[in-house]
Amino acid sequence: MTPMIAVADLWKVFGPRAERVPGSALADLPRAELRARTGCLAAVRDVSFEVRPGEVFVVMGLSGSGKSTLVRCLTRLIEPTSGEISIGGEPVRAMTPKRLRDLRRRQVAMVFQHFGLLPHRQVLDNVAYGLEIQGVTKAERHRKATEMLALVGLDGQEHHYPDQLSGGMQQRVGLARALATDPEVLLFDEPFSALDPLIRRDMQAEVRRLHAEVGKTLVFITHDLAEALTLGDRIAVLRDGELVQVGTPEELVGAPVDSYVADFVRDVPRSDVLTLRWIVRDPAPGELVEDVPLPHGTVIRDAVHRVMRAERPIQVVDGEKRLGVIDADQMLAALVSHHRQVPA
Amino acid sequence: MSAPTLTRPGGRVLEKAAEADAPRRGGATRRRTAGTVLIVLAVVAYLVFRTDGAPDSDDAAAFRFFDSVRDWVDANRDTSPFFLYGINYVRLGVRLLVDVVQAGLYGLGFAGLVAAVSAIALVLAGWRTGLLAFLGFLAFGVLGLWDESVDTLVLTLSAVLLSVLIGVPLGVLAARVRWVGATLRPVLDVMQIMPTFAYLAPMTLLFLIGEPAAVIATMIYAVPATIRITALGISEVPPTAVEAATALGSTRWQLLSKVRLPMARTTLALAVNQTIMLALSMVVITALIDAPGLGQNIVNALERVNVGAAFNAGVAIVILAVVLDRITTNAARQTRIHHARRSRLIQTGIAIVVVIAAALVTINPESLPQWSAAAPVNDLVGWIELHWFDATEGIKNRVSEFLLNPLESVLVTTPWWLFVAAVAAFGTLVSGWRAALIAALSAAGIAGLGLWQHSMQTLATVLVAILLTMVIGVSVGVFCARHDRLATAVRPVLDAAQTMPSFVYLLPAVALFGNSRFTAIVAAIIFAVPPVVRLVERGVRDVPPTVVEAALSAGSTPRQLLWKVQLPMARGGLLLAANQGIVMVLAMVVVGGLVGAGALGYDVVAGFSQRELFGEGLAAGLAIVLLGILLDRLTQGFHDSKGPRR
Repeated sequence: MTPMIAVADLWKVFGPRAERVPGSALADLPRAELRARTGCLAAVRDVSFEVRPGEVFVVMGLSGSGKSTLVRCLTRLIEPTSGEISIGGEPVRAMTPKRLRDLRRRQVAMVFQHFGLLPHRQVLDNVAYGLEIQGVTKAERHRKATEMLALVGLDGQEHHYPDQLSGGMQQRVGLARALATDPEVLLFDEPFSALDPLIRRDMQAEVRRLHAEVGKTLVFITHDLAEALTLGDRIAVLRDGELVQVGTPEELVGAPVDSYVADFVRDVPRSDVLTLRWIVRDPAPGELVEDVPLPHGTVIRDAVHRVMRAERPIQVVDGEKRLGVIDADQMLAALVSHHRQVPA
Repeated sequence: MSAPTLTRPGGRVLEKAAEADAPRRGGATRRRTAGTVLIVLAVVAYLVFRTDGAPDSDDAAAFRFFDSVRDWVDANRDTSPFFLYGINYVRLGVRLLVDVVQAGLYGLGFAGLVAAVSAIALVLAGWRTGLLAFLGFLAFGVLGLWDESVDTLVLTLSAVLLSVLIGVPLGVLAARVRWVGATLRPVLDVMQIMPTFAYLAPMTLLFLIGEPAAVIATMIYAVPATIRITALGISEVPPTAVEAATALGSTRWQLLSKVRLPMARTTLALAVNQTIMLALSMVVITALIDAPGLGQNIVNALERVNVGAAFNAGVAIVILAVVLDRITTNAARQTRIHHARRSRLIQTGIAIVVVIAAALVTINPESLPQWSAAAPVNDLVGWIELHWFDATEGIKNRVSEFLLNPLESVLVTTPWWLFVAAVAAFGTLVSGWRAALIAALSAAGIAGLGLWQHSMQTLATVLVAILLTMVIGVSVGVFCARHDRLATAVRPVLDAAQTMPSFVYLLPAVALFGNSRFTAIVAAIIFAVPPVVRLVERGVRDVPPTVVEAALSAGSTPRQLLWKVQLPMARGGLLLAANQGIVMVLAMVVVGGLVGAGALGYDVVAGFSQRELFGEGLAAGLAIVLLGILLDRLTQGFHDSKGPRR
C-alpha cells in the first residue's frame, strides 16, 4: 500500500546560511554546539517516517522538540531546508506555488493550537472560508459549512462570532473549517493544549468519533502522552528535532528504545496499554492450565477478572501458537509496576 | 560636583578625582565630566569670540537664489515639461477632486448636509454621536459661519481622501515589504517634525495659491500618520490567523483582502481618525496661502487683533474637530462590536431616505437664530486688559527680562561656527555622533541661509517655551500620576486639547497677552503641555509597583519616593516628553509669527503676502525645517534611554 505521507531525511534549520548544515559535518553536532558555532537552530533533524492511509499518526515531544515545525514543513507553511516529502505520492517540495495552494485547499487541512479563527467573520463564514477562497458559490459553501457544524456538534451557533464562543467551541469551529474542504489528510497542531482538561477529553473523543465516521488520515501533534496513547495508531517520539522511536502505543510502553522514551512512558499505567503477550511466562513442566485460553491481543486490564478468579494459570495463544501462560503473580506485577512520581 | 567645576578651567584634575571617588560608575562620571568641560570651553569660547550680533541682511545670497527660482518657475510654468506634464496635472487633478467634493457637499444644501452628517454619525457611531453631529452642524449656521465651515470641511475631506488613497497602500507595503518600510521610516520621521508653516511656501511655488496647494500641503502633513498607523495595524494582525488562512490555500491577495485588512480595521479606522484631525488642523493654517474656510476668519481677525471675531471661528473649528473626532473614534470602537447585519441595513436604508428628503428641502442657514460670541468675548478681553494688565504685563516682562532677553542676546551674538561646534559636541554627548552630525549640518545650513539673527531669536523663544512647558508639564504630570482623582478630572481636558487644531491655541494667548513675542510662548505652552503631561504621567505610573512598595517599606517619605525612585525611573518618559514637546513648541512658536512673535515665523508670513520678500520667506521656511531637525536630533538620543540610566 502506498503511504499517504512519506517523509525522508527531512531537515529544517533556522538561521544564517542554513542550507549548508544538512549533509555536512555540522549535521552531527549536538543542538547547542551547532547554535554556538553557526548561529543556526536545527529544529528538525534528519526525520523520516511514513503515514498509512486512514491511520492516526501522532508526533509527540516536549516543547521545543521541533514537532510544530515538522508538521508545518509537510505543507511548506515552513519551507524545509532539505529532504523529501510526498503526499499522496506527489513530491511536495517540487510543487509550484499554484499546485501547493491547491494541495492546501483540497488535500490537506490543518487545525491549530490557537484556533486561528477570523474574529470579523461569523462562525458560518469562518467554516466556509476554505470553500470561499476556492470560489465556491455562497449557497453551496454555506450548505456545506452548516453540515460541518452539525457534524462537530455546533448546530445553531452559525451566526455567532468566534469571541462569543468558549475555547472548546472555537476549536470545534476550527475542526469544522478543516473538514469543510473534505481533505484527505488532517493535520492537528496541539489542537487541545489550550483547552481545559475536561473539554480536552471531550474533544479527543470527538476526534476519535470523527475519525471513525469520516476515515481521514490524521497527523496529530501533541506534548501530552495520554493524548498520544488514546488517539494514536502509531506514535513518533521527537527529541531535539530527531525521531527517537516510532511505534504503536504498546511498543512504546512495552519496549522503549532508550531511557528518554522510557522516562516518558514511565507513568503510564502499563496494564491499560500492554497486552497479555508482554507478561506471559513459560509454563512450568507439567503445569496444569485452564481449559479456555486467552488471545494474546487482550489488554491486561481486561483480563484481570478472569485471571484472578481462575484456579490455575491461563494459556495465552496467538491463533494456534502458544505464547505461554499467565497467573495472578504476573497480573499483580503488571498492575502495580508503573511508578508514580514521588517527591524526592 | 558641578558648582565648583564651572569655575575651574581645564577640568583634568577633576576627572581624576571623580574617578577615584566612584570607580564603578566610570561611564556616567566620564560623561558628566566631559559635559562640564564642554560647557566651560563653550563659555570661554563665547566670551572670547562673541560678535555684536549684526541684524540679518535683506539681500542674502539664499534669498536671491530663491527669488530667482521663483522667477524661473513663474516664467516657465506653462512651458517647462516638468510643470506641463507633471505638476500642473497634479494641480488639475486635485482641483477636480476638491470641486467634486465641494459640489457634493454644497449640492446637499444646508438641511441635506446636516442630515447626512448626522445620519453617518448615527449609523457608524451610535445615536449619541448622531445627536452631537446634528447639534454641531446646526451650530455652524447659528454662528453665521456655514459657508466657511463647509469650505473647511471640503478641503479636509479632500485631503483625507488623498491621504487614505496614498497612505493606506503605502502603509500596507511598509508593513509587508521590508525595504519599503526601511526606506519610508526616515522620510516619515522628517515629515513629522516639519513645522506646518515650513512647507506652505514651496507648495505655492509649485501649485500656486488656493485650494490645490492647500489640499496637497495638508495631505503631506497628514499622510505620515496614515502610513504609520496602517503599517502598525497590518503588522499587528495575529500570525495564527494568517497562518490558518495560508494553510487553507489563500493567495496573497486573499490574505490581504480577507484576513489582514479586515482584522486591522479598528486600527485602520483609528488611522482615518488621526488623518482627519491632522488634516483639519492643517487646513485651517492653509488660510495663509489663500485657502477658503474658517482659517481665513481667524487670520483676518488676528491681523486686526479682534479676538472676539476670531473666537467665533475658533468655536466652529473646535466643534468641527469634536464632531469629526467623535464620529471616527466611535466608529472605530463600533468595529469591535458585532451587529446584526439586517438591522444595520435597515438603519442605513432609512438614513439614506431621510438624507435625500432633507436634500430636497431648502433652508437658508441665515434664517436660523443667529448668535455671536464676538461682543461678549471682546468685552471680556477688554476687562482682562483693564484689570489684569499689571499681572499679565508683569509676567510678560519678568520672563522677557530674565529669560528671553539674556538668552536671545547670547544666542544672537554667538558666532555661527561656535554654535555649530557646540551643537556637534553636545549632540555627540547626548545622542551619539550620527545625530550630532545631522544636527551640526542643520546648524551650518541655518547659518548659510543668511537668517542667523532671526533663527537665533526663534530658537531663544523655543528654548524658553520648552523650559516653561516642561516645568508645567512635569509638575502636572507628576501630580496626576500621584492623585487618581485629579487624573480622571484632567484626562478629558487633555483629550479635548489634543483634538483641537493648533491655530485655536493662539486665541486665549492673544486674549491674555496681546500681540507680542510672549504670546507665542504662551500659545506654545498651551499647545505642548497636554502631551507632555500625558507622557510624564505614564512614565511615573509605569514605575513597577513592587519598586514603589519596596521604597515605601524602607521608610521613604512621599517626597523621597518621588525624587529618589519615581522620577529617576520615569526618566525615559520625561526625556521622550522633552523630545516631543520641543517639536510641538517650535511649530507653535513659528505660527506665533502671526501674532507678533516676529523672527522666522514673521518672515514666512511676509513671504506669502509680499512678492519681494518671497525669497526670504522661503529661506525662513527652510531655516525652520533645519531648526526642527536640529532640535529633534539633539534630543533624539532620549528615545533610546527608556529606563533609568545604568
